[in-house]
Amino acid sequence: MNIADPTETFRQEARELLDQLEAGLLDLEQDPSNSSLINSTFRALHTIKGSGAMFGFTAVAEFVHEFETAFDRVRKGQSQANTALIGIALDAKDHIHRLIETPEAHIAGGAEILAALRIVVDGGTPAPAAKPAPAKSEQPASAAKTWRLVFFLPADALIYGTNPLLLLEELAQIGPCTITALTDRVPVLESLDPEVPHIGWQVDIVADDPAAAIDDVFLFLRDNMELKLTELATDEPIVEVAPEPVAPQPRPLIEKPEAIERPAATSLRVPAERLDELMDRVGELVIAQARLSQIAALSSDTALKTIAEELERLSSGLRDTTMGIRMVPIGTLFSRFRRLVHDLSAELGKPIEFITTGEDTELDKTMIERLADPLVHLIRNAVDHGLESADRRAAAGKSAKGTVRLSAVYSGAEVAISVSDDGAGLDTARIRAKAEENGLITADTKLTEQELYQLIFAPGFSTAKEVTSLSGRGVGMDVVKRTIDGLRGTIELSTVPGQGTTATLRLPLTLAIIDGMLVRVGKGRYTIPLAAVEECVELPENAAAHARGRNFLDIRGSLVPYLRLREVFATPGPAELHQKVVIVSSGEGRVGLVVDQIIGNNQTVIKQLSRLHSGIKSFSGATILGDGTVALILDTAHLVASGQSYVDRTIEGKAA
Amino acid sequence: MTAAAPMTALTIRLEDELFAVEASKVREILDLVPVTEVPHASPFVSGLINVRGRVVPLADLRVMFGMAQPEPDEDTRIVVMEFDLDGEPMIAGILADKVHDVTDIESASIEEAPKVGMRWRPEFVRGIGKRNGGFIIIPDLGRIFETQGGRSAPAAASEERSAS
Repeated sequence: MNIADPTETFRQEARELLDQLEAGLLDLEQDPSNSSLINSTFRALHTIKGSGAMFGFTAVAEFVHEFETAFDRVRKGQSQANTALIGIALDAKDHIHRLIETPEAHIAGGAEILAALRIVVDGGTPAPAAKPAPAKSEQPASAAKTWRLVFFLPADALIYGTNPLLLLEELAQIGPCTITALTDRVPVLESLDPEVPHIGWQVDIVADDPAAAIDDVFLFLRDNMELKLTELATDEPIVEVAPEPVAPQPRPLIEKPEAIERPAATSLRVPAERLDELMDRVGELVIAQARLSQIAALSSDTALKTIAEELERLSSGLRDTTMGIRMVPIGTLFSRFRRLVHDLSAELGKPIEFITTGEDTELDKTMIERLADPLVHLIRNAVDHGLESADRRAAAGKSAKGTVRLSAVYSGAEVAISVSDDGAGLDTARIRAKAEENGLITADTKLTEQELYQLIFAPGFSTAKEVTSLSGRGVGMDVVKRTIDGLRGTIELSTVPGQGTTATLRLPLTLAIIDGMLVRVGKGRYTIPLAAVEECVELPENAAAHARGRNFLDIRGSLVPYLRLREVFATPGPAELHQKVVIVSSGEGRVGLVVDQIIGNNQTVIKQLSRLHSGIKSFSGATILGDGTVALILDTAHLVASGQSYVDRTIEGKAA
Repeated sequence: MTAAAPMTALTIRLEDELFAVEASKVREILDLVPVTEVPHASPFVSGLINVRGRVVPLADLRVMFGMAQPEPDEDTRIVVMEFDLDGEPMIAGILADKVHDVTDIESASIEEAPKVGMRWRPEFVRGIGKRNGGFIIIPDLGRIFETQGGRSAPAAASEERSAS
């Protein structure tokens, strides 16, 4: 299990490189002359080619080689990174992706992409086909100058498999050269680390202008290595070993090792299942520790108490660290949408500026995976329905380019992710009309703005006049709603007519552990997510008298319906005296839950219910209490909804 | 039931009948632990138990075989088993009035459940083995749990509606 299939490793690596490539290309579109972007893109390509060939993905290697050749001209400044080029390059990237995912299948289309690529690259330059690298010397002898190159490889070069001999051979191809080893940095034998290249090289090359070619040789090493290129006076005889090359007019051509683009690799790649396993173990530890604390609290043994306290501290630290490992910056998700917006923009002919902020906001890994689909829907909606067409924007006095903004920000124990556009805003009258048409509401139903917006999330609801390939079928928003509910999050919409719409998702930071309030109903104990609890009040004595009448509480002037959990759960036995009401909220709604006793707060490790019980909607999961028994976690969103429907029925009943 | 190898089985008693479950699927046998009732769950899987930090459903086969369900006594055990439910692995505890022993049942002695003359729904019985002149019922656990997995959702939903 530890030794993964090497081709799978390659695929994984290639996928990441392709993502990097895509991000680089999209950045390049914004900033076409940024040479470090061009270089990083080129490097990603080069690595894919190299490892592709190594793992037997020859089709990939051949295709990438051509791609790279074309792109090389951009790097050399012979061609422009314009939108057309980026478009084709993105197609090429997709093609590579297909080649890697299904290497057996013969995938057509590569040749066309390459042909298109060549045409675009050649667009501005008269020269015909691109040459791979200015290899063989064709420079007239008269122009030839002698250059002195002195370089020391980075300390980790050998560990990463760099072969200095091959580098020297590549250098020799640039032009006739004399190579001298610089041994003055070699330490005494006792302190010699055989894996560190201590020997430096001095290479005198006769060539016209070898800087670019030398750059190519050291493409992957340049960031961390010492490298100096100076021009020697033409007729100066090549000097013998000189520790410090004293050349007239030293002209350093290659500048500083690009200030730490990426710090040395200090991260590990770990299979996600192992993290899940770790989280499970930590969960069990937290439970065992809670039991120990409970026993210690009852005992009078001070040594036991001390250990229990220490263990509590350690395990909560361990829990936080483990949760931290699972936290992933949301930027990984955001970068996927840039491509989506780029493609949508082209497809719909709407120029769009896509702005993302808060990429470093961290969220639980599983949460991020499950957020991808809802966000795709929201962004599509923003682009397709939100933004007007360019001419309508112009008529409204807005810039032709629409803006879609995706942002993430911490707010308390939650993360707020919002998708906003600067389009026309929601048409409340049309939503209302459509909802009445669909029979969701009646003509005289009074709704707040927020309630009206929530209608958009009803299944099958769409106000789009036409169905496009992108959206308008009315599926999607209800999926968004369901997914967000499943993540224990909420979704809010706000809109300003003529200025745009913002959809805000509020999500808990993690799915695995929550703070809960433990309550008792009859003999059963249940956990209510603390985040949903607003307040706790005593059930008024006289409420029982009206039990069959109106189940409402007057909470500071507003009526809150309440559910007797004893009735909901069909608990046997008569209700106890002095029942409590826990007021919980979800989205806009509130409901009171009548319980027998409020036991206290606890840290709750959420366990999913098995498929045998997943059909029971009142519970979102289960947890293990300090004494080892299982307690069910109440699904507040569902209970609020059923409380709400109870209110509706009561009102209807009265009206009838 | 044509396999030549004998079936290694754990025999348990429910009411006054002997049942056999595949020993290789048994994870552990527990003394009775506190059971958490799940409101609205079907009587067959009405509870949850804690098995080494996992929340595991507790099933009562006696419900499916139409037997009485007396209060647990000192012989009552929970057999924790692994099996596939619609292709997905899951773990569940099975309540047993008494756990006997692990035994080999000759595959030749296992017969298909008769279609008539049985107190139980024939699809729940995979076969009937013979040992020491007595019968051993081999329940089809996969089938039994599938029936429940498919049925519990709508049933629970309707129960809930009526209760709230």
